[in-house]
Amino acid sequence: MQFDPFIIPFNIGLYFILVYVVVRCVIWFRELSRPDKLRLQRGFFGVAFIQSLKEIFLESLIHRKILKTNLRLGYMHMSLAFGWFLLIFFGTIEADIFGARHLNAPYKAIFFRFFNPEHGRMGFEAVYGFLMDLILAVILSGLLLAIIKRFYSKVVGMKKTTKLKKTDRIALTALWLIFPSRLLAESFTSGAYGTGSFLTGSLGSWLASFLPAQELAYPFWWLYSISLGTFFILLPVTRYMHIPTELFLIFMRNSGIRTGDKAGTYSEVQTYSCSSCGICIDTCQLNFSAGIKNIQSAYLLKAIRNNDEVSDIAHNCLMCGRCDQKCPVGIELSPIRMIQRRGGEPENVFRNIYNGYFRSRQTVQAEKSIVPANYNFLPESEPEKVDVLFFAGCMTHLTPSIKRSMVKILDASGLKYKFIDEQGGVCCGRPLMLAGQDKEARELINYNSQMIWKSGAHTLVTSCPICYKVFKESYYLDVEVLHHTQFIKMLIDEGSIKLNFLRKRVVYHTPCDLGRGSGVYDEPRKVLSYVTRLEKSNFEDENSLCCGGSLGNMKISSQKKHKIASDAAAELTKGKPDILATACPLCKKTFSSATETKVSDISEIVAEALIDNPAKKSMAKHYHLIKELANIS
Amino acid sequence: MAKNNMEKFGYTISKGRQIDYESNDRRIADYIFEREPSFRLCIECGGCSATCTTGNLTKFSLRELHILIKRGENDQVMNNLRKCMLCGKCTLVCPRGVNTRNIVVLAKQAFQKSGEYAI
Repeated sequence: MQFDPFIIPFNIGLYFILVYVVVRCVIWFRELSRPDKLRLQRGFFGVAFIQSLKEIFLESLIHRKILKTNLRLGYMHMSLAFGWFLLIFFGTIEADIFGARHLNAPYKAIFFRFFNPEHGRMGFEAVYGFLMDLILAVILSGLLLAIIKRFYSKVVGMKKTTKLKKTDRIALTALWLIFPSRLLAESFTSGAYGTGSFLTGSLGSWLASFLPAQELAYPFWWLYSISLGTFFILLPVTRYMHIPTELFLIFMRNSGIRTGDKAGTYSEVQTYSCSSCGICIDTCQLNFSAGIKNIQSAYLLKAIRNNDEVSDIAHNCLMCGRCDQKCPVGIELSPIRMIQRRGGEPENVFRNIYNGYFRSRQTVQAEKSIVPANYNFLPESEPEKVDVLFFAGCMTHLTPSIKRSMVKILDASGLKYKFIDEQGGVCCGRPLMLAGQDKEARELINYNSQMIWKSGAHTLVTSCPICYKVFKESYYLDVEVLHHTQFIKMLIDEGSIKLNFLRKRVVYHTPCDLGRGSGVYDEPRKVLSYVTRLEKSNFEDENSLCCGGSLGNMKISSQKKHKIASDAAAELTKGKPDILATACPLCKKTFSSATETKVSDISEIVAEALIDNPAKKSMAKHYHLIKELANIS
Repeated sequence: MAKNNMEKFGYTISKGRQIDYESNDRRIADYIFEREPSFRLCIECGGCSATCTTGNLTKFSLRELHILIKRGENDQVMNNLRKCMLCGKCTLVCPRGVNTRNIVVLAKQAFQKSGEYAI
């Protein structure tokens, strides 16, 4: 007996999904830009391919990153993914070795027990049967966790699980039914024939003792086949599309493709690769401090997939980048959110079933602004020629003590510098970018670039991480851009400034744009440990918290901002340090009102520790006088 | 004739300064009120204008802008709105916790949506 009608749903589903995935990949490949196509081709014949295979094994099957973050959740994902893979893999081998002939159709492996009920009585066959039962048991344990998680997410250590839409629910039910129905189908068949290993065999013989196993087996084989078929057919319109897409994503990433500024294949592949595992929800401060529970990255990606209105979700985010760091799939969440912000209001895409499967590319062009920015008032500037430029930035002007400290340090360094925005300069452009207004931002960037270029400086020091990030990434400058912590570190290393040691216990808060945003972690730490006793907090480096004051969020109310700030400050000052140090004027300002502990910028601490060099100082003071005298004589 | 004679004596006739609420268009204001309720909290203290990056360089006052939006003098609002750099200092200094930055963005959006202001 090699054919039975019950395999039809499974076969339809399987061949549908295989064809669909191939077609989808071809569409995605065709929509890639030319350089990206070349990258992909080069990657295919290069190291990237082998790397991808390794990563696919570690991440898509074992789920190493989820295991690292959360062991129980990781086990759930691993047992389902890796277990299912092993079941198919060993099932195929089993069908090949013990089946009627070699190279069988896929359904023979999946429904092996149905077609070979007498199999597995003794010897090697029994050992193999034991292995298959073991794998099934592992999957079922993972499934049990998944079902419990759906109703009590705390069991797997998750505070919250993702909400589902209707098709997701149907697919989820189908997924849940697959393995129990397989278990029952195999058990009944085994019970009827007296075969099967420790799981199916014992369950089968027990069930057969009071039920008509022979008759009951057949409906469960049907159920097994139908749930598999349903799952495969619904896969492209649900979150389970991540199963095939993630493989493609890993390969694209290893080939060197990045998200960029515009929506395209890569951002779409990333959108579909999200498994809604919910790690980004747990890590989001808007969730656990401010109680905003519907804007996290998993929901953003879901809204994009469903062609829902995303503008509100996209703008209600601190852009702190904590979820980027934690995402086990490695989706570049912040760049995707930025793309959505730039897009403006999306058009309503006509939604039907076909659109669900073959989604029209989201061609959301930013509308032509009818309130175009008008920055004609910006003054012409003729800066003098200097070596070092100091750009304080808007936020530093709001915290004048940082400004004064920086001037003090720069004076002490003896460098020839110019404070370009001493009288209040022009914004760096990043706040406009964060609001999705790139074109306007470009005008400010051009203005500032010209000023910097005219001054002929080789180093640009800024004391605001927001400015630092945009100077680094969006300005095309021929100068070395330094954040003031890097600059102070350089001065200390060179010996240009001498510092006292302050007997103070300090905890350092890494600003988002400096740390996760620009990857500057070491310099501020080194400067602080040079002048103070630096202590560790529970939120270091990549895991650092956001102060809540971020300009990234357009929607959040001031009360919620304050809540985030006080929660974060409370966490950081648990060890009762003397000073809560930070490297960002905005963080300083936000924290100052949220905690009793003294909040200082690194530059203030350094300025306090500065040993005045009287000789140098008086020389500088009398420099002009001496020069004039020299001219006269 | 009488007017000219009066002016010779140092009297002028000032322009009408009353605000005609009938003819003023509150659509922009309503759009913002609906989406950013903190707009109502403004006490027009002028803190935002004092700290403003743009206001430092040209004639631009966020406080004035708020009043103009509330009055519905939309033409003036639109001309001023273009100058904002969205740097966010106003939001930080606001004693009432008004999300001023979002108000500017929403005002731009409102103009974008109401077609008659299209250029």
